[in-house]
Amino acid sequence: MTSPPIAVESLCKHFGNVQAVDDVSFSVKKGEILGLLGPNGAGKTTIIHMLLGLVLPTSGSARLFGEEVAFARQKLLGRVNFSSAYVALPSNLTVRENLLVFARMYSVRRPERRIDELLERFEIGQLAHRVSGSLSSGQQARLSLCKSLLNEPEILFLDEPTSGLDPDIADKVRRTLREIQRERGLAMIYTSHNMPEVELMCDRIIFLSRGTIVMEGTTSELLERAQQASLEEVFIKVARDGQIRDVASEPSPSGDQA
Amino acid sequence: MNTYDRWLRISAVIYRYLYLYRRSVTRAGEIVFWPVMDLLVWGFLTLYLRELSVSNAILFLIGSLIFWDFLYRSQQATTVAFIEEMWSKNLLNIFLSPISVWEYILGTCLLGLMKSLFTAVLLAALAWFCYAFNILAVGPMLIPFVLSLLLFGWALAMFTMALMLRFGQAAEALVWGIPFLVQPFSAVFYPVDVLPVGLRVIAYLLPSTYVFEGMRAILINGETSWSLLLIAFALNAVYLAAGAAFFAWMFRLVREKGYLSRLGME
Ligand SMILES: Nc1ncnc2c1ncn2[C@@H]1O[C@H](COP(=O)(O)OP(=O)(O)OP(=O)(O)O)[C@@H](O)[C@H]1O
Ligand SMILES: [Mg+2]
Repeated sequence: MTSPPIAVESLCKHFGNVQAVDDVSFSVKKGEILGLLGPNGAGKTTIIHMLLGLVLPTSGSARLFGEEVAFARQKLLGRVNFSSAYVALPSNLTVRENLLVFARMYSVRRPERRIDELLERFEIGQLAHRVSGSLSSGQQARLSLCKSLLNEPEILFLDEPTSGLDPDIADKVRRTLREIQRERGLAMIYTSHNMPEVELMCDRIIFLSRGTIVMEGTTSELLERAQQASLEEVFIKVARDGQIRDVASEPSPSGDQA
Repeated sequence: MNTYDRWLRISAVIYRYLYLYRRSVTRAGEIVFWPVMDLLVWGFLTLYLRELSVSNAILFLIGSLIFWDFLYRSQQATTVAFIEEMWSKNLLNIFLSPISVWEYILGTCLLGLMKSLFTAVLLAALAWFCYAFNILAVGPMLIPFVLSLLLFGWALAMFTMALMLRFGQAAEALVWGIPFLVQPFSAVFYPVDVLPVGLRVIAYLLPSTYVFEGMRAILINGETSWSLLLIAFALNAVYLAAGAAFFAWMFRLVREKGYLSRLGME
């Protein structure tokens, strides 16, 4: 029996008296994209950062490939990667220089070829020699995505990766990510405040509110359970009164793992 | 294979700046411009003092300056690299990559070594050319002296970085301030005897003091004291260990409090 790429059990994080994450459990299979949804401050980023060892859990366990992140951080980080529209690469290096630096950090062999390929895929090849600081936010977001794929990760954490992209580019980026994900059987955790995007990208969705899971399932399961026509409406309902909680606490067919 | 990967990770930290300096004349200039200005001030002051016929030995002031700059740059290069990653919101990317914090620190320390060596050689050449001051007159002790200053600079850097990690932008002033906190007590430009007795205790707790005292002893009367040098290295070991422990402690604290998630993200 092999361990799932991501497994979270009874995970809690308190910041002083703020319960950022409160008893959360889930797992992600190889080749699966899990969407983490929820209002601002629901705990999405905190969960991702605990899975990356940037934040230490108050209690519970966060495992990658069956190993506790807090104890095997360095070893695990080479097999995963992360991108967010809210972190940036050094603005005074060019796109290519930045990627060369990170290729070293991830011990990538033959980095030039890999970099060209990724720049091509995200359509920023013509920007390779531009200083990163001079790129538009959408171009920077694509650079950050290139960085996140340098080491051919087995797990990708994307925290609002398309925030700031125009609809055309956002669509292309989603397609590219989907392609790469299928080619490699990548496991992904994806957060976004764009509901149509989440519907397109995610195989399964977890709704968080104030640090706890209030609903879990595929898009169609969620729509049915919340009796809403779109994910957007489900989101608003959860955000405003969290009343879905009662319905969701029934055992769900796909949500529970063995 | 593993050591090669490790070297790749450490060298990434160095390449990040080599790429920058290759392209940016202004940034590369920081290791030339300020030190040269300092040298000019102290060099001319020395010439003037010599004219007043204080003593020929007054030339050691130039040596002091070159040594001081070496210590300063060893601490600076390291912490400035760190603060720059904070500013550019890149620290998260670094801490999320397989580079360990110790590899990262070692990378910045090596970068510091390269920058300090470059500046020291430049200053030494200029001092010889402009003021007929030959730093090689210090003799073979030059090597342990410089090494001792380098190590102390790294130790100071680890304290500075740990505080920046914990206090973020609020601790920025320390980057430039910490060296000047130790300068008055390190007997850089004057002997320890000049200090009041109470302050001498502090002076002798700093490894840098032994280097500056030792250099003057050699230049003025050719004396070499191995035991003082030994004390300097022992102190360096203590400071390095304390700096590393302090950094490890702060790194853990910051992960508990979740400050890393917030670093440079506002
Ligand atoms: N370092 C910290 N110290 C104190 N509180 C924190 C810290 N980091 C996060 N929090 C709090 O924890 C809660 C969860 O924050 P988190 O960033 O995980 O939310 P999020 O779901 O990612 O929100 P968003 O959609 O706005 O990105 C919030 O109430 C936040 O204020
Ligand atoms: Mg967030």
